[in-house]
Amino acid sequence: MTTTVDTTHEDTDSPFALSHLDALESEAVHIFREVAGEFERPVILFSGGKDSIVMLHLALKAFAPAAIPFSLLHVDTGHNFPEVIEYRDRTVAQHGLRLHVASVQDYIDRGVLKERPDGTRNPLQTVPLTEAIQQHRFDAVFGGGRRDEEKARAKERVFSLRDEFSQWDPRRQRPELWQLYNGRHAPGEHVRVFPLSNWTELDVWQYIAREGIELPEIYFAHEREVFSRNGMWLTAGEWGGPKEHEPVVRRLIRYRTVGDMSCTGAVDSDATTLDAVIAEIAASRLTERGATRADDKLSEAAMEDRKREGYF
Amino acid sequence: MSTTTEQLSATTLLRFATAGSVDDGKSTLVGRLLHDSKSVLADQLEAVEHASRSRGQEAPDLALLTDGLRAEREQGITIDVAYRYFATPRRRFILADTPGHVQYTRNMVTGASTAELTVILVDARNGVVEQTRRHAAIAALLRVPHVVLAVNKMDLVGYEEGVFAKIAEEFTAYATELGVPEVTAIPISALAGDNVVEPSANMDWYGGPTVLEHLETVPASHDLTACHARLPVQYVIRPQTAEHPDYRGYAGQIAAGTFRVGEEVTVLPSGRTSRISGIDLLGEPVDIAWTPQSVTVLLEDDIDISRGDLIVPSKDAPPTTQDVEATVCHVADTPLTVGQRVLLKHTTRTVKAIVKEIPSRLTLDDLSQHPEPGRLVANDIGIVKVRTAEPLALDSYADSRRTGSFLLIDPADGTTLAAGMAGDSFATAAKAPAGAGATADDDGWDF
Repeated sequence: MTTTVDTTHEDTDSPFALSHLDALESEAVHIFREVAGEFERPVILFSGGKDSIVMLHLALKAFAPAAIPFSLLHVDTGHNFPEVIEYRDRTVAQHGLRLHVASVQDYIDRGVLKERPDGTRNPLQTVPLTEAIQQHRFDAVFGGGRRDEEKARAKERVFSLRDEFSQWDPRRQRPELWQLYNGRHAPGEHVRVFPLSNWTELDVWQYIAREGIELPEIYFAHEREVFSRNGMWLTAGEWGGPKEHEPVVRRLIRYRTVGDMSCTGAVDSDATTLDAVIAEIAASRLTERGATRADDKLSEAAMEDRKREGYF
Repeated sequence: MSTTTEQLSATTLLRFATAGSVDDGKSTLVGRLLHDSKSVLADQLEAVEHASRSRGQEAPDLALLTDGLRAEREQGITIDVAYRYFATPRRRFILADTPGHVQYTRNMVTGASTAELTVILVDARNGVVEQTRRHAAIAALLRVPHVVLAVNKMDLVGYEEGVFAKIAEEFTAYATELGVPEVTAIPISALAGDNVVEPSANMDWYGGPTVLEHLETVPASHDLTACHARLPVQYVIRPQTAEHPDYRGYAGQIAAGTFRVGEEVTVLPSGRTSRISGIDLLGEPVDIAWTPQSVTVLLEDDIDISRGDLIVPSKDAPPTTQDVEATVCHVADTPLTVGQRVLLKHTTRTVKAIVKEIPSRLTLDDLSQHPEPGRLVANDIGIVKVRTAEPLALDSYADSRRTGSFLLIDPADGTTLAAGMAGDSFATAAKAPAGAGATADDDGWDF
């Protein structure tokens, strides 16, 4: 017992100990550089959400003082928060990056995709995403997915091989040993890469605070016109809300995740600063997705089923 | 408020793995650790309660927290490694929850490869069984620095000190023989919550830490200064901009040891030497950097270096070789055979290779050697001799888990075939002292 306590002091006092954020950062940078070293045409999925913003920040650090050797891809559902699109375009211009946009609205307009009765467009992203990957011949696609988000995501590899249809087969994943990532793939196949696999929601926020990363305003408490559907506060908009029996109210809210407006819920909050947000998340009794995502509540295996089809 | 942020970020990270047979209560232990450390959030628990009720179970089945795949929930078993994340004010944890069944040895190897600690569960009523020995052998083979023996179901043996002491003694003796450096034995009841997060009132005779206390206090990183410094080059950073016309940096994650500005270094396999003129830690210049930091190193001389090269201190360079002898765990469904052409991925370097010999296969049940098996199939552990097309600067796995490990890959379809650990391990050691013992070992083999 006493020896255990002594070694703790040694461990904490060690000048070589890395904080958990430094360890996670170093691991993510290693993953970015592995992809840069082994693939021909990588792309970063960038939505303007906090996870993809952190990914971009890590990529900038990984290749500094050179530019990021990747382009960006946004799968645009057409139901975006204007603040997020503004942030996206400003960031792309600021860093001189190249942005590809795959638009769900285009697919609907061309009659390739059908609007769902519930108006939710999140599941409709899969087709534009996979077609954009094929069209641009991307061989590595960075996603901001974290294993703590959802139980099917907890089974995801850092390097996740997808076939020419982008399908994920959870029973045929490559074992991932040490830090040796196997990115080999046949023509037409690609690898989804998740540098934030081992990060939690709290890690992401602490890192944002430590690094002083700017975020779209909707992540902080603000007054907004919302209405209630399925126990969540949704923003009124062109996409089909509210219905007649759904009264619009003005509330002090913020968003924990940013996605399609039709299925991303806001939470009541008075957290206007990063420290307040971190304190709020540390005390929250709800997971990020449980609190804010309607599409994951559809069934016990909703995420697994979407991922199998090629969702990120 | 800002102190909250600082306190939370100052914690260290511990990666650990769990191993245990289906009925040893591993899921219950994991569930209890998550639940009692308040890492299970309300909506997750609600989902588990809902799913348990719809299956006709009265109490929430905490195993459903970790079994994330449809097939796992249907069969009630863990098929694949699941990663779980939880935190206490003292530390952050990444838990590789690995299946215990023997047919999933490869998953246990996967979980153990990045773990600093393994929790091995035994049922207090059964004591050390074959499966326990397998788990200990894998922990030893993968050189997991800390092993915890959790003697579970103490409530079912009347919380008897004697029962615990006997099991702890037998296991520690066995693990020590395998070369496990440190064993901590803890008597627990995962179901009742004894000594998992809270100290047990039922076992006054036990003065040691609870499982969580031990996880919080065990050293998460090891004596790094004693390790041979190694930097595998991942990527060459050349901005070629007006601001940085001559910048040429060698980016990589330090695999072991420390590097300092001014140090004389050798680049392998070419053997060229230079001196470190600068180290950039993600954009910021530093004087010293250490594992596992991702850095960019600048050298005084403009020499030819590319991805796959290894930068080492000139006074501590490893020899290079084209003949690799290693213990491998076969992880693919197709076998590994003598004469097979493969790719070998070591750090950032991938080279062509051929399997020259498979001198033996290890039987995990009793750690006996099965000579010249000709091939290895899924979940087999064996010795292989591989000839590579280019020289490799390979350390012994005993010296460095990072620069002593490699993958064998099928060049045809990219499948990961085997996980390799270079140099001696207990798997190779068994035949050395015997000398002529190879023949003696042949006895009793079910060939």
